Amino acid sequence: MVKYRPAELDRTFAALVDQTRRAILARLAREDRVTVSALATPFAIKLPAVMKHLDVLEDAGLITRSKEGRTVTVRLRPDPMRDALDWLRRYERFWSRSLDRLAEYAEREDAAARRSGR
Amino acid sequence: MTSLTLVRRIRARPAVVFQALTSAEGMSQWLGPDAGPVLFAESDARVGGSFRVRFRMLDGTEHESTGEYLELVAPKRVVMSWQWTAGGDPDERGEISRVVIELAPIEAGTELTFTHERLQTEAARSSHERGWIGALDKLERYVSAAT
Repeated sequence: MVKYRPAELDRTFAALVDQTRRAILARLAREDRVTVSALATPFAIKLPAVMKHLDVLEDAGLITRSKEGRTVTVRLRPDPMRDALDWLRRYERFWSRSLDRLAEYAEREDAAARRSGR
Repeated sequence: MTSLTLVRRIRARPAVVFQALTSAEGMSQWLGPDAGPVLFAESDARVGGSFRVRFRMLDGTEHESTGEYLELVAPKRVVMSWQWTAGGDPDERGEISRVVIELAPIEAGTELTFTHERLQTEAARSSHERGWIGALDKLERYVSAAT
């Protein structure tokens, strides 16, 4: 019901399908900025595998990487996630607002009916 | 397959709410997610009858939906099929979902329970099965804080 960009949504959801990538995003949501080596520590996978996950997340626009000296820092980029949430909730928004309007209308009608003795 | 349930308490009698839900005049007053106008509404409120509503949103886009009344028990229950025939989302066009509305009398008026079920877009299915919504919910606090 709103203009969404299907290709971007597909990329976001494809990135979110993987449990390791979700764990990375959740950590970035908590800690704002984390180095690649610190990100890799909790996982039982090797650094190159973590780098591949970070590539997918970066391609989907969900993270940014910046390099200072030999340290690469990763940050969350929330915009695509916000779009995905909006998309998932579009029915809720549509019906929630419609039902609010229904309630207002029915209350006006009922009050008018009672005034005219119906 | 996912569904959505919403509950509203309305200070109006069930018969009034039922009429607002199922009449063309009523639908033209409330259907739509913002203050954009309903362009037309038709409703043949009997089992097997159909409705058709078209509205324009404030962003200028127009959306049209149609459906059939599957159950009508005044002033208690409405079951109807729901399908976007214009606008909506491209991947949902042609998909038929189902809306169930239950009205219960309460002291203040009516408690309305609304359920939109069988929302079966590919993404809706997958998001349900794979826990995307849960994953996104966890991140939402950050997302809203960064708005």
